Amino acid sequence: MSEKVLMKGNEAIAEAAILAGCRHYFGYPITPQTEVAAYMSKKMPKIGGTFLQAESEIAAINMVYGVASTGKRAMTSSSSPGIALKCEGISYMAGADLPGLIVNVQRGGPGLGGIQPSQSDYFLATRGPGHGDFHVLVLAPSSVQEMADLTVKAFDLADKYRMPAMLLADGTMGQMMEPVELPEPKEVTADKSWAVTGTKMERKHNIVNSLYLKPTELEEKNIERFERYKEIEEKECLWEEFMMEDAEICVVSYGITARVSRNAIIEARKQGIKVGMIRPITLWPFPKKALLLAADKVKSFLSVELNMGQMQEDIELAIQCKRPVGLCKRVGGMIPSPEEVLNSIKEANK
Amino acid sequence: MSQVVFDKPKALTDAVLHYCPGCTHGIVHRLVAEAIDELGIEGRTIGIAPVGCSVMAYDYFACDMIEASHGRAPAVATGVKRSMPENIVFTYQGDGDLASIGLCETVSTAARGENITIIFINNAIYGMTGGQMAPTSLIGQVTQTSPYGRNPETQGYPINICELLATLEAPAYLERVTVNNVKNVRNAKKAIKKAFQNQVEGKGFSLIEVVSSCPTNWGMTPQKALEWIDEHMLPQYPLGVYRDKENGVGLAKKEA
Ligand SMILES: Cc1ncc(C[n+]2csc(CCOP(=O)(O)OP(=O)(O)O)c2C)c(N)n1
Ligand code: SF4
Ligand SMILES: [Mg+2]
Repeated sequence: MSEKVLMKGNEAIAEAAILAGCRHYFGYPITPQTEVAAYMSKKMPKIGGTFLQAESEIAAINMVYGVASTGKRAMTSSSSPGIALKCEGISYMAGADLPGLIVNVQRGGPGLGGIQPSQSDYFLATRGPGHGDFHVLVLAPSSVQEMADLTVKAFDLADKYRMPAMLLADGTMGQMMEPVELPEPKEVTADKSWAVTGTKMERKHNIVNSLYLKPTELEEKNIERFERYKEIEEKECLWEEFMMEDAEICVVSYGITARVSRNAIIEARKQGIKVGMIRPITLWPFPKKALLLAADKVKSFLSVELNMGQMQEDIELAIQCKRPVGLCKRVGGMIPSPEEVLNSIKEANK
Repeated sequence: MSQVVFDKPKALTDAVLHYCPGCTHGIVHRLVAEAIDELGIEGRTIGIAPVGCSVMAYDYFACDMIEASHGRAPAVATGVKRSMPENIVFTYQGDGDLASIGLCETVSTAARGENITIIFINNAIYGMTGGQMAPTSLIGQVTQTSPYGRNPETQGYPINICELLATLEAPAYLERVTVNNVKNVRNAKKAIKKAFQNQVEGKGFSLIEVVSSCPTNWGMTPQKALEWIDEHMLPQYPLGVYRDKENGVGLAKKEA
């Protein structure tokens, strides 16, 4: 076991990526994720890796596409407006079944929006960020430790299922400093016999491609991909339950707002309110089963998030509208205080 | 005894090309494949196909292939080359792909001097989508989206890629060739081979612009289209070497 080090969330992502065997980073400057790029620009040249400040987010994701095509781990990081630009490339990665990591340290939108924390890319991330029918894995860290752990997890899952993964954080998580136990460095073991590495005149050429002009073939590819997605929904959902044993109200929250909610729940318990939390760690796949099970026990749900209620819709779908789902939100870069969440919990308890 | 005097290059697969009769894409595919054969690099070459008529180039070249999104082949190539520096990486792109939607990637990749090879097919039109105006369409050229002829007042002037990239410090080799007669095809072959050879020798960014024809969307017979290259394309796009760093041709740096 390695010792704990004090790190910023954004730096934890970068270091964990390197430990996960990623040697190729491409990015374009944008607040509030700049520490990822800064860390990579220092470290990569020293370990024989690539740090490249691309001409745009579009170029950066296509460089990731290139490296991923060769079977190696690659990543890019950005924040909301930059992620929007990467969407075409992410769709091409999904269509060509390429793994890779996209870090989104979200900020408020739409448009240029602001530079303060937000979770307003929830829909963009969970509905498949780009054109066409697809998903990416979406992991939402709620501590600096998870920034590191889920970075490694994202690379592993992306390789395993041959699809892009998105680490969905926010400005606060990126800037927060906490002690982290860094993961052990590891060798990448996934089978990459599909990769383009040169035929060495020993095999037929490999082709990385997302074009299928025959509708029957394209339909087949889509269906095959969604069978994989189904397997992922069954096997890879991650969530954490907090004080749920006897809970009558279930708070659902991820990332920074899950931390605020935790404090509010502790206070509410002191005041005799039976409240707990389900914290989704994977946003896609969304922990639907855990929520549906909870629906049989609790009276109501409360979605706490930094957008106008995007995850609230997923909770309603997951619990098949069996219980009311309230919303405690702040947007535009604002974060609710524990008191605000507590008030919403009290409201739900009426 | 019989002797083979003309054979298909090994670096082309057996797939039947889908190009229109008389389209020069087929000729350039052959020249690229011959260069790969002659340099003996097929086993370590990775090609990148564009979005355009040559999108299916991934089926035609026998080396490993990637299909990129529209205009982004140079960025994809950058990723591949950084990941696999010992491999030979080339892109094959049309004028809409390279000079319009992907212009930023083109210029930036050239400015970084990535050690890759770009084959640029300038046919002054968007072939695949049915003949719209391209950034390289000639003044007065009638296309589906310039039905009254390209008007520079509202539609601007053609972009000369070799001249544009020759203002940059990094590129090692920039040459414009054409394939409208036997002599020009021979020259084009030499240039394309050199553009690959440069990469093998680590000399840096090489781009060959091939002034090409699109008989279908130009609305001409293949023969007429080849003549049209001489009469109309070459005055706007003069053939020649725009940069050959090792021989001191076309260097961007001015004397102090
Ligand atoms: C993002 C995006 N925009 C537009 C298109 C449609 N499209 C396909 S090919 C093409 C133009 C290709 O022209 P060019 O690069 O000159 O190649 P050519 O067909 O002439 O060889 C366009 C606009 C697309 N596939 N993707
Ligand atoms: S449309 Fe033009 S460029 Fe495309 S294959 Fe036909 S002739 Fe060639
Ligand atoms: Mg064209």
